[in-house]
Amino acid sequence: MCNCNCNGPKSDLSLLEDVLNEYAGSSGNLITILQKAQNIYGYLPKDVMYCIAERVGVTPADVMGVATFYSQFRLTPIGKYLIMACQGTACHVNGSERITAALSEYLGIGNGETTADGLFTLENVACLGCCSLAPVIMINGEAYGNLTPDSAVSVIKALQEKEGK
Amino acid sequence: MRVVIGEGSCGIAAGASKVRSAIEALMTANEPFVLGSTGCIGMCFLEPIVDLYEGKELVKRLVKVTADDAKNIVEAARSGDLSLVEKIAITAEDEEFLSRQTRIALRHCGLIDPVSLDDYREADGYQALEKALKTMTPEQVIEEIKVSGLAGRGGAGFPTWFKWNAARQSPGDEKYLICNADEGDPGAFMDRAVIESDPHSLIEGMLIGAYAIGAKEMIVYVRAEYPLAITHLEIAIEQAKKANLLGENILGTGFSCDMRIKAGAGAFVCGEETALIESLEGKRGMPRLKPPFPAQKGYTDKPSNINNVETFANVSWIINNGGEAFAAMGTENSKGTKVFALTGKIRKGGLVEIPMGKTLRDVIYGIGGGIRDNKEFKAVQMGGPSGGCIPAHLLDTVIDYKALAATGAIMGSGGMVVMDESTCMVGMAKFFLDFTALESCGKCVHCRIGTARMQEVLTRIVKGEGKEGDIELLEELCEAVKDGALCGLGQTAPNPVLTTIRYFKNEYEAHIRDKKCPAKECVDLLTYSIDADKCKGCTLCAKKCPAKAISGEVKKAHIIDDNICIRCGQCVNSCRFGAIIVE
Repeated sequence: MCNCNCNGPKSDLSLLEDVLNEYAGSSGNLITILQKAQNIYGYLPKDVMYCIAERVGVTPADVMGVATFYSQFRLTPIGKYLIMACQGTACHVNGSERITAALSEYLGIGNGETTADGLFTLENVACLGCCSLAPVIMINGEAYGNLTPDSAVSVIKALQEKEGK
Repeated sequence: MRVVIGEGSCGIAAGASKVRSAIEALMTANEPFVLGSTGCIGMCFLEPIVDLYEGKELVKRLVKVTADDAKNIVEAARSGDLSLVEKIAITAEDEEFLSRQTRIALRHCGLIDPVSLDDYREADGYQALEKALKTMTPEQVIEEIKVSGLAGRGGAGFPTWFKWNAARQSPGDEKYLICNADEGDPGAFMDRAVIESDPHSLIEGMLIGAYAIGAKEMIVYVRAEYPLAITHLEIAIEQAKKANLLGENILGTGFSCDMRIKAGAGAFVCGEETALIESLEGKRGMPRLKPPFPAQKGYTDKPSNINNVETFANVSWIINNGGEAFAAMGTENSKGTKVFALTGKIRKGGLVEIPMGKTLRDVIYGIGGGIRDNKEFKAVQMGGPSGGCIPAHLLDTVIDYKALAATGAIMGSGGMVVMDESTCMVGMAKFFLDFTALESCGKCVHCRIGTARMQEVLTRIVKGEGKEGDIELLEELCEAVKDGALCGLGQTAPNPVLTTIRYFKNEYEAHIRDKKCPAKECVDLLTYSIDADKCKGCTLCAKKCPAKAISGEVKKAHIIDDNICIRCGQCVNSCRFGAIIVE
C-alpha cells in the first residue's frame, strides 16, 4: 500500500504490482517503470508517481523531475485517438504547420489538449522518421502521409464517423 | 519464386501492410511461391516496394504497389509471367538510385529478412566476430579500426579507435559498451533503418567493440518512437543468445558478453553521450562536465564507450575486408562511406550511402534526381539543429568532415533536407531554434536563456516586427551561447542561425526592412489579392474561403478583403486560373 496524500482520483495501484516487483530494485530503472506505468494507465497519475517513488526509494520530486523532463510522459489523460503531428525538418519544409493549424482549428484544441468528447488528443512530436511521406501525422500507431490540410481533416472526419459522431 | 515485401517503417507507413494482407487473402494452401519480408530498401519515394526473387536473383522490383496490384502479383508469381506486373516495375532511371551507391553500413538492408539469423549468416554474418575472437587480440582489432580511419558517424566524427583504445586502457574489470540509437535529429532516419533492417549487424559490430575494450555488458539506447526497431532488435538478441553468439563463452572462445535494450523517453539532449549515460541511470538527461570522459567514468561511474549505430554497422565489414579496403574509399581526412537520409523538396528521397569525397551535387542531383516540380534548388540543411544550411553556390562542396565544417554546417548524423525557393530561410532558422529552445535541458544559463531570446527575435522577424539591429543582436547571442554552453547541443544550437545569416542575409533584411518574405512563406507578411484579368468569376475560391473574405458575382472578377483574410492559402490551391496574387 502506498501512503500518498494526494486528493486526486485513486488509481488501481495493484495493476502496477508486477512492474514494481520486477524493476523497483534499482533507481536506474525509473524511466522503464514510468514507461510501463504509462502503458497501463495511459498517463502518469499523481498517486501512481508517489507509489513509484516510495517503492523505488527516491523522492516524489525525483520522479516528477524525470516525468517532466522527457516528452514521452504525460501527466493528464489522453483521448481515444492520439494524433501525433510530426514537426520534423522534412515535414516543416513540406508544410506541417498548415496541417497542424487545420487540425487544431477543426478540433478546437491546441497542442497537448484533448477534445471535450475525449476522442482526440493533438500532440506535436519530434520527427517520426517517415520523412519521405512528409507531411505526416500518426494516429494510434498508423501513419498518414503526403497530407494537405483538407486530407488531414478528412482523416479525422472518417474516425469521427466510425465513432458515430 | 519468392515474393518479398519491403516492410520497414516507411514501407508500412506507405501501405506495405495493406499490400501484404491483399496478397495473403489471395493465397491458397499450396502456392508455388513463398511470401517473404525484408527491411528498408532505402527507396522511400517508391514505397511500397515488392521484390520478386528466383532463387537468389532479383528478377523484378515492383514499386508504388497498392492492394489492387495483389492479383497480378500473385498471378505472376504463380505462372512466372512477369509481363503481368510490367506496369508497376521499377524504371531503369529509378534503378540508378541504388546502382550509384556504395553500400557498406546498409549492405544487407532490403536484401535479407531482418529477423532471420540464417539470412544474416548466409550473407557472411558473424564471420567477422569469429575472426576477431579466434584469430585477433583486442589490440589487433583496435589497430584494424585505426587503419580503417573509421570516425564516429553520430555527428562529431571522432576517431573510433581512439575511443576504444581509451576505454581499453582505462583500469577496471567492469566496463560497458553503449550504442547511441537515440536518433534525434529531425529529418534523419538511417539508424532506424539499420536496426530495423539488419539488427544482427549492430549486434555483431557491438560484440567486436566489446571484445576490443573488454566490456561484459552492452546497452543499446533506442528512441521509444522506433517501436519496430526495438521489436526487431529484441528478436535478434534472443536469436543470438540461442546461437551462443551472446552470453557466456561466446563461440567457445571464453569471451562472455550480454546485451540489453533501453528505450529512451524523448529528449534530444540524450544524444549527447554524458546525458545519455544519465538517462541510462534513470535520471533527467542532463550532460555532465567532461573530464572525466566516459572512457574513464561513464555508466555507473565505470569505464564506458559510446558509439552510434552506423559506426557499429561498419565494424564487421572492416574486420572481414580489412581496414585498408575501408580507408581506400574517401578523402584524406574522411574515410569510408556515409549514409544520408535525403528528404525535403527532392524528387527521389530515401537512404543514400556513398563514399566520402563525392559532392553534394552528386547526391542531390546525381542520385536524388534534383528538385521536385522543376523548382530551383535553394539550400540543403545538414546536421539538423546542430548543423546549417548550405546554399546553391556551394553545391560542389565535397562530403568530408572538414569541407562541410568550413561551410558552417556539419556532417552530422546524416540528415540532408533539401529546400527549394519556397522555403523561407529565416523561418528555417526559427524552426530549429524553436526546437533547441524546447529541447535545451536547462542546465547552462546561456543555452537555456540564450536560445529562448534568439527564438523571440526570430519570431518577431517572421511576424514583420523585426527591428534594425536584430541581425547583430542574433549574432551576439550566437557567440554567447556557443561560448557558454557545456555540451554539444548548446554549442551548436546557433549554427542554423549563423549559416542562414551568412548565406541569406538579404532575406533577413527583406523581413526586417521591407516587411516582405521573399519565399512567400511567412503568412504575417503576405497579402492575397485577385488578378481581375485572370479571374473568371467561377466562385470556387469564395466557396473554399474559411473566413468568407472573398466576394463577387458569378462570372465577374472577385475581390479579397484583406482585413478579413486569414492568409490560409486555400484560395490559391483552389483557383484553376492562377488568378490569386500572393505578395
